[in-house]
Order: sequence, then structure tokens, then C-alpha cells
Amino acid sequence: MQESDIKISEEISTKEIRSKRKPGDIFFENLTLLFALLLIGLVLFIAIEIYGDSAESIEHFGFSFIFSSDWNPVTEKFGALAFIYGTIVSSILALLISLPVSIGVAVFLSEIVHKSVRTPVSFLVEILAAIPSIIYGFWGIYVLAPFMASTVQPALSSLFGFLPLFQGPIFGTGMLTASLILAIMITPIISSITRDVLKAIPVSQREAAYALGATRWEAIKMALLNARSGILGGAVLGLGRAIGETMAVTMVIGNKAQIKASLFEPAYSMASVIANEFAEASGSLHISSLIEIGLLLFGVTFIVNTFARILIYSVTRKT
Amino acid sequence: MELTEKKFKMPGNIRRRKLVNSVMIILCVIAGIITILPLLYIFFYTTKSGITSLNLDFFINMPKPVGEEGGGMANAIVGSIILIGIGSLIGIPVGVMSGIYISEYSKNITAFIIKFVTDILSGIPSIIIGIFAYGLIVINMQRFSALAGGFALGILMIPTITKVTEEMLKLVPQSIREASLALGVSRWKTVLRIALTTASSGIITGILLAIARAAGETAPLLFTAFGNSFWQTEIDQPIAALPLQIFAYAISPYEDWHRQAWAGAFVLILLVFVINLIVRFVTRNKFSGNQ
Repeated sequence: MQESDIKISEEISTKEIRSKRKPGDIFFENLTLLFALLLIGLVLFIAIEIYGDSAESIEHFGFSFIFSSDWNPVTEKFGALAFIYGTIVSSILALLISLPVSIGVAVFLSEIVHKSVRTPVSFLVEILAAIPSIIYGFWGIYVLAPFMASTVQPALSSLFGFLPLFQGPIFGTGMLTASLILAIMITPIISSITRDVLKAIPVSQREAAYALGATRWEAIKMALLNARSGILGGAVLGLGRAIGETMAVTMVIGNKAQIKASLFEPAYSMASVIANEFAEASGSLHISSLIEIGLLLFGVTFIVNTFARILIYSVTRKT
Repeated sequence: MELTEKKFKMPGNIRRRKLVNSVMIILCVIAGIITILPLLYIFFYTTKSGITSLNLDFFINMPKPVGEEGGGMANAIVGSIILIGIGSLIGIPVGVMSGIYISEYSKNITAFIIKFVTDILSGIPSIIIGIFAYGLIVINMQRFSALAGGFALGILMIPTITKVTEEMLKLVPQSIREASLALGVSRWKTVLRIALTTASSGIITGILLAIARAAGETAPLLFTAFGNSFWQTEIDQPIAALPLQIFAYAISPYEDWHRQAWAGAFVLILLVFVINLIVRFVTRNKFSGNQ
């Protein structure tokens, strides 16, 4: 509707008023175009700048940068494997914890509860997404980590202690706690995308399912199955957020560059090492290596986000 | 229900389906509860720990050494305001203008490209934006500065503002624009005076949301604004910021500093909460249909 209106007005303008187009119009349209192009240029510029600043490290270490876990500013040996490992494991674990809960809360809000509950609860979930990550980290150190050390980790260790995942010393901080904080932080993102996607699935489908005698859950399940690529998109978007999350992870992951099977062990993430070492880095190779970690982070989040957006568009554009 | 079940002698299959139904519905309700639980916990814990150290001293005094009474975060609060001011000077014009372009002037394909790039920009981790500002400004100026920090915050504000501007302009009925054009008002004046003015309350709430987000950003400031324990308002010098101060105090070993960090965290949470509440209130009528 809107589009055809625009087209009509443009047709008129091209036929008759073209010559009368005021300089103000041309100026303003191009001005807004300029700012839009600025936006695109900015993203390109960020990529180029970060690539350029990490050139020294790329030249010096080549691919061994990704495959070595030797990180030593004193001997100027830099390999990012331990950080890459920490980022991947903590983010994926966070996604595994968060995804079922996110889908559950999305279904709860969009299919189950009455509007009088939905409005305040969805507001609270929105707030959850808006709380600064520094506060999550702060809460993580002083509330969640002691709770993990006193209750959750001993319980896991006594129940599943035969698995290498849940062995080793109990500190409270570490990979598991970082994943849990990340899971809390990405749940609002995934659940809000899931809700949007569910909204894009026509109600008539659910009504048809009910008419055929389906239970409520069966109707919901059908809607979820039809929305699966969009939900996957939301999940991948959440993953992207978890990969780039810095402050909360830095405060609870333990900041020790090591690759250990146990989730209780302290670890380190790509974003955390940049946050901790960048301002104090002395040698140019050290800074360049940190920027190369940033470049890897940029590349990964770019791919992950692009993938997520394509999945989300594929569902929501149909409506 | 009981009656019909007995009457028709429901086969086990249906009983199983009903059981699955109830179990899944209950699980969804539990998911709702465990999502809200951490929020309420964080909110009440921060309030409890922060409110006791939140007094006038916190807002008007400078940080003091451990053990001295009455230290505050005045410099960090002013620093945050300056940083957000610089950020707004960058984020608001770019965000609003590109939003106008997407909504008013672009064709389908260009709109798609710009929206896609906006989404990508909003997905870039904030610490990367910090590195970008470091490489562009800190290295060239040879020192950490409020300018670099504000620049980073400004970039982080852009995607939110672009998106909200575009969405709010889309909500303005086409007929209002046509009425204006029919009266002989030029297109650009129609966009600015009619469309933008009609959408302004929505756009302002979007800007507020972007500011709330920027106010809590820590990672991009670590090596741009850097922080400062003294009173400092020059934009070419390192400057303190509320989240940076919270971070520094939070990881310190001193109880006294922790209390102040909680007070700072409480201020930030309150800011986020109030701004979101305002946004809810303003946009309630516009979105009442689909919320």
C-alpha cells in the first residue's frame, strides 16, 4: 500500500515536476544519502583499520597464531588458541543452556499467558537485555560465583564427578560460571527473536491444528517447527552476542590462558584478554597481537551475524 | 472433562498426548520464571547493596583513598555525561539522517543493504569499536582522551537510532505527507516538518535507549577514555567514566570501594530502568496492537 503510493508520487514527480524540483530537495536527499553511505563506510573502515593494525602480528606469526596456545609478552611469543578455545566453549555452552529456556519463555509469553501477565513480564525481560554487562560481571563475582562454589559445583561434582567435565578444584569462577552469566545475558535476545518469528507464523495454522483435535502443545510445536529457521537465526544471533561479550566474562571466567577439560577450571576469552592487557601492553608486537585477536573476533561475529540475519529475514519477510 | 474422558474411554494415546501437553506447558512456565529470577535477584541485590552507600557525597565528592569517609564519584558522573555528550553529537545525526534516508528516499534494495549493514554494526562487539577508536584517535593524538571514548560510544549509538528513526517514520501515515505535498510544500520540508515532527516522540525514546546503553558501556572505554582519578573535563585528556570506576572498584580488594561500586551500579540500573519505563509509556499506544 505504502509502496504503491510512493511510486505514484514519484511517477508524477518524474513526469511533470522534475524541472520544478527545488534545490533544497536535491540537497536534503543527498545529505541523508551521505549519512547512510557514511554508515556503510564506517563498517568497512572498521574492518580495514583493524586489519591494518594487526598486520605486524599477522606477518610475524602467520597461521601459527591460531594454532599456538603460547602467550607470553615477556618472550614476545603470541598464540591465541587458549583464548579462542575459551570463547568457543563458553559461548556454545551458554547457548546450550539458554536456548531451551529462551524458547520456553517465548512460548510462555506469546502462546500461553494472558495479556495482563505478558506485558509486565516481557517488560522485565527487555530490562534484562538492557542491564550493562559490567553489572552482570559484578553480580557474577560476588553472588553467582560464591553460590557456584558452595552449592552448584559440589553438587555437579558429586553427581557427575566421573566425567572429566566436572572434576578438579572448585573456585566458583571459571568456564562454567562464565557460561551461566552469558546464558542469562543472551536469553532476552533469543527469546525476543523467537517471539517475533512466532508472531510471523499465521494464527490460522494453529487454529487448523486445534480444529483437527491437536492439544495446545501440539499446535505450539507445529508453529515452532514452522518457525525453526527463524529460531535458529535468533540462537545464532545470541551466539554472536556471547562471543563478543567482554566485561561480564572478564570478571568471572578466571582469566587464565589454559585449555582444560574441566568446566570448573579458570579459562580466558578473546574479548577478555583484549580488555585486560590492551591498555598496559608495551611492545608493538603485543598490541598488534591483541588487535589480531580483535580481528578474529570481528571476522567471526561478522559471519555469525550475517548467517543469523539471513535466517531471520527468511521467516519474517514472508509476512 | 472428566465425564467425557470416562464416557469415550480415551485410548492411552490421547492420555499420553494430554500428559505431554501439560508437561510442556509447565516447562514453559518454569522457563518464564527462571528467566525473570536472575533479573529480580540482580535488581534487588544491587538496590540493597547500593542504596546504603548512595548519598549526596556519592554525587558531589571526588574519589577518596580507602579508609577515608565520604568518597564519591562526582568526576566519573561528569565524565560519563561528557562522553555521552560527545557520543550523541556523532550518533544522533548519523542515526537520524540514515534512518530518514532508509524510510523516505531509498528503494527496496538500497534500504535492504543499509538495514543489513546497520544490523552488522549493532552486532560488532563493543570492544572492537574500542580498538577502532584507539587506532584512529588515541594513536594519532598520542594519548587517551575523552574524544576517543565519546567517538566509540557514538558509533555504538548509531544502529539503535537508525533503526528506531526508520521504524517510527514508517508509522507516520502516508496521507499526512501527501496532504503536505498537495499544499505545495516541498518534499524535504515535508519530511522534516511533517514526518519527522510526527515521529519525534518515538525517535526521542530511541535516542534515550541508545544513551542508556552507552551509559553502561565499559569495554570500549578501557583504552580510549581510560579513566582518571582526578577532576578532568578537557576532551583531549583521559577522563573518568561511571562504568570504568565501577569496574576498577569492583575488582579492588576493599570493602569500602565495593560498596561505592554497588552504589554506582545502582545508579546505572536505575537509569536503565527509568528510561525503559519512559519508552514503554511513550510507545505503548503505538504498539498496543502487537505487544
